[in-house]
Amino acid sequence: MDTVRTDKSTTKDLFENIDNDSAIEIKGSVFTLPVLKIKSTQLAQIELALKQHLSKSLSFFRNAPIVIDLESTKQLQPGLDFEQLNTLLRGQQLVPVAVQKGSLEQHLAAESAGLAILTGQLSKSVKSDISPTKSADDTALAMDESPQEQPNVSAQSGSPVTAPQDTGSVPTKIISQPIRSGQRIYARGCDLIVLAAVNAGAEIMADGNIHIYAPLRGRALAGVTGGENNRIFCHSFEAELVAIAGSYRVFEDTVPSGVFKKPVQIYLRGEQLDIVPIQ
Amino acid sequence: MAKIIVVTSGKGGVGKTTTSASFAAGLAKRGHKTVVIDFDVGLRNLDLIMGCERRVVYDFVNVIQGEATLVQALIKDKRVDTLNILPASQTRDKDALTQEGVEGILEQLKQTHDYIVCDSPAGIETGAIMALHYADEAIVVTNPEVSSVRDSDRILGILAAKSKRALDGLEPVKEHLLVTRYDPSRVDQGQMLSIEDIQELLGISLIGVIPESQSVLQASNAGLPVILDEGSDSGQAYQDFVARFLGEERPMRFLEAERKGFLKRLFGT
Repeated sequence: MDTVRTDKSTTKDLFENIDNDSAIEIKGSVFTLPVLKIKSTQLAQIELALKQHLSKSLSFFRNAPIVIDLESTKQLQPGLDFEQLNTLLRGQQLVPVAVQKGSLEQHLAAESAGLAILTGQLSKSVKSDISPTKSADDTALAMDESPQEQPNVSAQSGSPVTAPQDTGSVPTKIISQPIRSGQRIYARGCDLIVLAAVNAGAEIMADGNIHIYAPLRGRALAGVTGGENNRIFCHSFEAELVAIAGSYRVFEDTVPSGVFKKPVQIYLRGEQLDIVPIQ
Repeated sequence: MAKIIVVTSGKGGVGKTTTSASFAAGLAKRGHKTVVIDFDVGLRNLDLIMGCERRVVYDFVNVIQGEATLVQALIKDKRVDTLNILPASQTRDKDALTQEGVEGILEQLKQTHDYIVCDSPAGIETGAIMALHYADEAIVVTNPEVSSVRDSDRILGILAAKSKRALDGLEPVKEHLLVTRYDPSRVDQGQMLSIEDIQELLGISLIGVIPESQSVLQASNAGLPVILDEGSDSGQAYQDFVARFLGEERPMRFLEAERKGFLKRLFGT
């Protein structure tokens, strides 16, 4: 559990009623979440740095679940008051969920303040371009975030909860039956491979990539939890709608003739959704 | 072992009841003990097409609710003596059907019949779900137009997800495509989908093509399953379909537009 989803959520309402057959379902899932590195135990200092930082990153971190990294504060005196830190972070519209790399005392204190302790080797977070500033390095905190990282390829993670990924294998959902009008398939936390037609009125979604070795006539949504690097591949492109990370294109009448019934890949280039024939 | 076959389509008005009547009559004509059940509670039509509407005393819902026995409700066809009809109720609605009730009746019918044909109502609500739930095989009736194909696709998805076979993890329901009201000349003009288009979209095997024909309406009005009108093109097409269902090889007919002769062109049809 080293990472937590930063959910762009434009497509979330599309699949929220999927699992309503039973009251609950427990699943393992890999998330990407920002880590807040604290380099001071002075709450006032932290608050000031946080305010500066967040003002630059617009609303990107609003209500984002974050992990507090305590590595730099292990030796510092006085110790951190986690109740107050909690309040401070929530005041900045962050949702602290856990701490990592602290001392034993810090972990105990964090636990009693209602925070989870993350142990184990944590994945190296990727500094993405969205990271608003480098000047944070010399302030009281640094914020690394890798929210765009594809959940299914963060396989280097040594976290014990995602044991299958230690082997380097990526979970994939494979469907070999036609997906018919009114059916909806969601590959949670993984790629989706479909070996039969996805018919008009059907909807397939994946947190990862989507591969269709048959005609795509319905809707396909890849990277639904925000994976902007995810792609859609299909053998014959006749789709009604395609989307990646919430950016979508609708084909009202028919798809452009250049790609119609052709094998294509679809990916996000900046804000633009590109549909490119595969030769 | 008796086989349960559902005749379904999703969309209304495509020829489910016509097909059910002819299919059941065709099976019975070949000596198989057959019963056809009207699942369209509230809009009963099968008895009209079978020409037995005045003989309905008790119906499907009466049997489910224990107001009549199955023997009392079954109507024996006057033309084919191995054919029984279980009519729907006209005065109830589809919620009167219960899963246990339907199962009980099907179990009883299985003891005395070879084939049980379930005539599904249109739509994807209770009645249609009940009709397909216990099916071993499905005849998906489709007209050569996009909305009908789309609805058939939907019902195929439901068969694959909600039938008892699917829920119990048994071998899936065997699906057959029956295209009805096929008009080759309109296909040639691009006004209707071709058989190839429909098959490509639905991806299930074709068991028959019934041409658009005057004889269907005439037979319906006369209360005669059109398969028993042996001289008509649609009657012959239904006979081919029944033969294929029973495992015979028959070439597809009525796929080409009839060439109009000089006189026909002059005077019209």
